[in-house]
Amino acid sequence: MTRERKINAGLALALLAFPLWAYFANEPFMITLATKVAILALAGVGLNIALGQGGLVSLGHAAFFGIGGYAMGILASHAQTFDPIAEWPFLIEGTKSMPIIWIVAVLTSGLAALLIGALSLRTSGVYFIMITLAFGQMFYYFAISWPTYGGEDGLSIYVRNGFPGLNTLDPIQFFAITFVILMLAMGFAAMLAKSPFGLALNAARQSPQRVETVGMTPYRLRLVAFVISGMITGLAGALFADLNRFVSPTMFSWQTSGEIMVFIIIGGIGRLYGPLVGAALFIALEHILGGLSDYWHIYLGVLLLLIVLFARGGVIGSLAGRGHAHD
Amino acid sequence: MSFILFAEQVLNGLQFGVMLFLMSAGLTLVFGVMGLINLAHGSLFMIGAFAAAAVAGLTGSFVLALMAALAAAAAAGALVEVLVIRRLYDRDHLDQVLATFALILIFSEGTRWIFGSFPLFLNIPDYLSGPVTLPGGIQYPLYRLTLIGIGLAVAVGLFLLISRTRLGIQIRAGESDREMIAALGVDISKLYTIVFALGAALAGLAGALVGAIQSVQVGMGEPVLILAFVVIVIGGIGSIKGALIGSILVGLTDTLGGLFMPALFALFMDNSSAATAGSALASMLIYILMAVVLIVKPSGLFGARA
Amino acid sequence: MPMTDAVLATKGISKSFGALQASLDISIDLRPGEIHALIGPNGAGKSTLIQQIAGGMKPDAGQIFLNGQDITALGTAARAKRGLARTFQISALAMEDTVLQNAVLGALGAQGRPFQVFGTALGKADLRATAEQALDRVGLMDHAKTRTSELSHGQRRQLEVAVALTLNPKAFVMDEPMAGLGTRGSKRLTGFLDSLREQAPILLVEHDMDAVFTLADRISVLVYGQIIATGTVDDIRANADVRRAYLGDDT
Repeated sequence: MTRERKINAGLALALLAFPLWAYFANEPFMITLATKVAILALAGVGLNIALGQGGLVSLGHAAFFGIGGYAMGILASHAQTFDPIAEWPFLIEGTKSMPIIWIVAVLTSGLAALLIGALSLRTSGVYFIMITLAFGQMFYYFAISWPTYGGEDGLSIYVRNGFPGLNTLDPIQFFAITFVILMLAMGFAAMLAKSPFGLALNAARQSPQRVETVGMTPYRLRLVAFVISGMITGLAGALFADLNRFVSPTMFSWQTSGEIMVFIIIGGIGRLYGPLVGAALFIALEHILGGLSDYWHIYLGVLLLLIVLFARGGVIGSLAGRGHAHD
Repeated sequence: MSFILFAEQVLNGLQFGVMLFLMSAGLTLVFGVMGLINLAHGSLFMIGAFAAAAVAGLTGSFVLALMAALAAAAAAGALVEVLVIRRLYDRDHLDQVLATFALILIFSEGTRWIFGSFPLFLNIPDYLSGPVTLPGGIQYPLYRLTLIGIGLAVAVGLFLLISRTRLGIQIRAGESDREMIAALGVDISKLYTIVFALGAALAGLAGALVGAIQSVQVGMGEPVLILAFVVIVIGGIGSIKGALIGSILVGLTDTLGGLFMPALFALFMDNSSAATAGSALASMLIYILMAVVLIVKPSGLFGARA
Repeated sequence: MPMTDAVLATKGISKSFGALQASLDISIDLRPGEIHALIGPNGAGKSTLIQQIAGGMKPDAGQIFLNGQDITALGTAARAKRGLARTFQISALAMEDTVLQNAVLGALGAQGRPFQVFGTALGKADLRATAEQALDRVGLMDHAKTRTSELSHGQRRQLEVAVALTLNPKAFVMDEPMAGLGTRGSKRLTGFLDSLREQAPILLVEHDMDAVFTLADRISVLVYGQIIATGTVDDIRANADVRRAYLGDDT
């Protein structure tokens, strides 16, 4: 077992142990914080596939996070008013079922990622960054100017959606759902990295020329990675909306994109558990510093600046040393 | 729709466009010369607006306020360049994005700390307020007309600076061959600080000028920054001409789209759904414009590098 | 039509950058079992020609054929799929990956199904067998688990060739494989390339004249974007135009 794997196992256990402690200590708010960590880490796991493996600096992942959120909001709001979403060409009704919401969230955010990716991957470097940022902003303004689902005010869902056999209103049970999804997603990301596709994608990041000369097209590899990445972040968006029982255009904002990226960087780019460490630290800072000062973002900014300038491997990089080639 | 309304909207689009130009010119210059993507450019816009509002509040002079905006943004730009940005030139774009994102957090919260969360107001001076009558009987606010004038004057000034002056020659040389101008004895790090401060000053000026028609508040810079990115993608990175044409295209598309889209939808929808759908689509129009440019010319209208 | 027995052929390809004529009406061919060397002074347009043949750059005019099929309109990846294997002057390898991973990448490309997300790349028996065979042939099997960035310059060259081998190529296009190798290194590589021609013919761009004269069945000389002579080693040595243009020799 490598040092990084030991750290990872410890992190997974810690994420599990913290809410269990909170459960027995009767601190439901702490469970909610842990749930938030798991969901934001999931969004980061999604982005990390594009960013860490594919080298695609997407500053527009809030688009997928928000689409996932609105998939939940729209489906659940129609279900709570018993008002079908569409009656033509066939009847589409709202739903309060999490699994169905997740599927819709994953499919719609995947479709958006396909469209955005197909356009923005025609470029690279700084163009790609600016274009993804701009498309994210497009969704933000669209959500604000489309009044049907609350416009700027967003949408409230009164009761959390259901999952067969579980009481999702119980914080620890909802945490369990998010924890399992996060572990599955990280397992998938780890598998992806070692798969033939992952090998090709990682090579396309390091040397696109090489990938082409062996007969593969970097554009297609990146597009597939971008879509997978968007789908996972979209799923996180649906869960995040369910956690808050509220969805608003803020989920689409450029700050959201930036924060998801910050999780990855704080934890360590390309590290499987990087997003989890980053999200946990982010939430801890928000909770601790936020209690001390209203202006805690200054400290976050300084911390981030120091990491970028002086500790490029992030937390896991500092603890586990240089990453090993996947063998 | 009357001609007067249309002409007014064209002028509004033009005014919006030239303000975007002030933002995007600096960004594109910094990218062209230093190869740096600067997300904190929006913060410099905000700093300009706050400095102007503060000085106008103290002295009552709009001209002093504008000078304060230029000075504060240029100083902040130079300071950040020396302390942080300088370390990023050799880094990849991801590091640049993250470090400048961190700067946004620091600037935004720092400003909130100093000025509080409530918006400030910067008033249009008396001698620039009120409408003027243009040929064709168009009544148009004098202040907005002044903005168009200032924006175009800055554009001309920039073209002259780049094409006629010693600094301009160095900037152009810096875009094509960094090692060469270093070998010729130009102090690169001084040049970079100057270019960065110049871009910052333009952003600060834009912030102050726009601050008088909007409210001055934390977070006002980033939406403009993102629009400036759209401008640069359309115009092509590193091209001042591209920035100018891109800015005006985006300004006109956004303003006229808001006018025409609901009217267009009203042709086949009832009025209230047309207004809804039309305004929602209008909000997406400039991004659609960007997408079209990307499909036709991925390196932008005037971009050399893809 | 190009000669039907040519594996790789260009027919009248031209390319210019503004006023600079980088390639002018170039027709060369590569026949089964041969090593065809392309030589010329710096700036003669060798790299531009290689780029056009490999697919990184479109010619302004003319056509390129692989096994009689016109491949001019195809991109780099499509040409590679059809069996055109290229090595780079400056190594283009996945530096963070191991030697074996780079070779498996080649095998994966040759197999043509890169979108597999289940199972590990190194666990696929067919990919691994192809990769190990290629590494074995270039003598890099001992370094299979080494990170590519830790390889010496010469070993990277060997790995470039190994990756090309995994493609089971119909033709090799090699851009200065000897560059930066010491005398011993280039002797070894010369011996290796000599044995490689059995598998597929090689279009060899090379500055190392010892290697060229040892290996080449035919040599083409490129000067200012034009082929001024094509022939056997002896033909080229004796050619007055070549001596003048290439060696700067007036005699």
